[in-house]
Amino acid sequence: MACPPAAESPPVRQPSVKVILASADVQRVVDRIAHQILEKTQGAADTVLLGIPTRGAPLARRLAARISTFEDVAVPVGVLDITLYRDDLRRHATRAIGPTQLPPGGIDGKRVILVDDVLFSGRTVRAALDALNDVGRPASVQLAVLVDRGHRELPIRADYVGKNIPTSLAESVKVTLAETDGADGVKLYGGTTS
Amino acid sequence: MIRHLLSGTDLDAATATRILDTAAEMATVAGREVKKLPALRGRTVVNLFYEDSTRTRISFEAAAKRLSADVINFSAKGSSVAKGESLKDTALTLQAMGADAVVVRHPASGAAHRLAEWVDGSVVNAGDGTHEHPTQALLDAYTMRSRLGRLAGLSVAVVGDVLHSRVARSNVLLLSTLGAKVTLVGPPTLIPVDWATRAAGANTAGQAPDITVCYDLDAVLPTSDVVMMLRVQRERMSDSYFPSAREYARRYGLDGQRMRRLPEHAIVMHPGPMNRGMEITPEVADSARSTIVEQVTNGVSVRMAVLYLLLGGNNA
Repeated sequence: MACPPAAESPPVRQPSVKVILASADVQRVVDRIAHQILEKTQGAADTVLLGIPTRGAPLARRLAARISTFEDVAVPVGVLDITLYRDDLRRHATRAIGPTQLPPGGIDGKRVILVDDVLFSGRTVRAALDALNDVGRPASVQLAVLVDRGHRELPIRADYVGKNIPTSLAESVKVTLAETDGADGVKLYGGTTS
Repeated sequence: MIRHLLSGTDLDAATATRILDTAAEMATVAGREVKKLPALRGRTVVNLFYEDSTRTRISFEAAAKRLSADVINFSAKGSSVAKGESLKDTALTLQAMGADAVVVRHPASGAAHRLAEWVDGSVVNAGDGTHEHPTQALLDAYTMRSRLGRLAGLSVAVVGDVLHSRVARSNVLLLSTLGAKVTLVGPPTLIPVDWATRAAGANTAGQAPDITVCYDLDAVLPTSDVVMMLRVQRERMSDSYFPSAREYARRYGLDGQRMRRLPEHAIVMHPGPMNRGMEITPEVADSARSTIVEQVTNGVSVRMAVLYLLLGGNNA
């Protein structure tokens, strides 16, 4: 007796994946941001890089390393956890809080450059500005991001952008870094890309 | 995440470790210029205290305020309780006022559990009779971990009036969960019978934590990483549990001589308030091994972590 033919399975809609930046591209983009920081801050004196966890922290360390390679200046690096300053804390299950490590010299009177992987609604940056307010008084604050995907919900812009990616809200941008995910890359998921 | 914190048994190893890790981050806030976090803005925490307390109430108040919660302090004296209002009616009043969390201390064992059945918000047990005091156990564990670097495998001697001590009970439960070895030390009259028989191997059916009991303090000292002295709770003592205060102090009090028999790295803890000269001499209490003041500081961080984890998300 023949087995009944397998029912035609409905086509599974595979989310499309598009590579925006490959590993080597990420390195080049970080190099360029490092150069831009040096140019715009005229040598990165009195400057502190603060990474926003998770992926902003290794990005900040990389930027500092590149800056010291290019111009031989040591830029202090820190980590600024913004979990407790989020405006959506109560919409999710309790979030684990991450470490905040300020460089030994502190941030008072310094030029602070916040570093994050993706700039989207701007709410993370708003939370970071609030958090910054509680840990000191920087002379000025700038923002460096690897990817700007648009769709801002707050009046916030980045000073240094690695890559502008026009996206739809249905899409999602995923940054991976060797330190946190095993490999560098930026990918765009979903949406209508063929 | 759990909704209430009523007992040391509410915490499994993962949850307890998460609280201690969160507390370590909360501790960094104390060193900042602005000692405040916005995490619990708009939430209300009620401190419901039916018993006198200094450090626990102030500690919870400081913790809630550092997280930007609104704090209402309620002490039984001078309230409707003095007019005869029951715990349930008081609880319903607090409920009607929209308390998101109730921190309760009560002379009756089990009061916090009852309260948790009546209110919608989270209940934190800040000491119920001779039963439990879980945030004290958490801050003790935090202090041990920050001083000695670990909890698993530590030998902890809990010395004194174990019978009446909610601190001891919560500590035994939590420390066993986290892998420390607990030895109860005290006069036989002040060690709970079920734990003593359990330690003697007589009771294998019960699920009391694995503990040992020793009636001789001097025998325990050389192998202890932590000595936790308990207060002799005269207000709970209706019988004569030991012949005299002097005899108790001589056999179970920690003095300088006994302290020098401890290993080099060992620490001395006391949940406070101390009876100086009774269970601990001033020389020990003020020594470098003593973590008594540290415990108070850590208490705020640990209670911040507990309040944040109970109230921070939408899991309430």
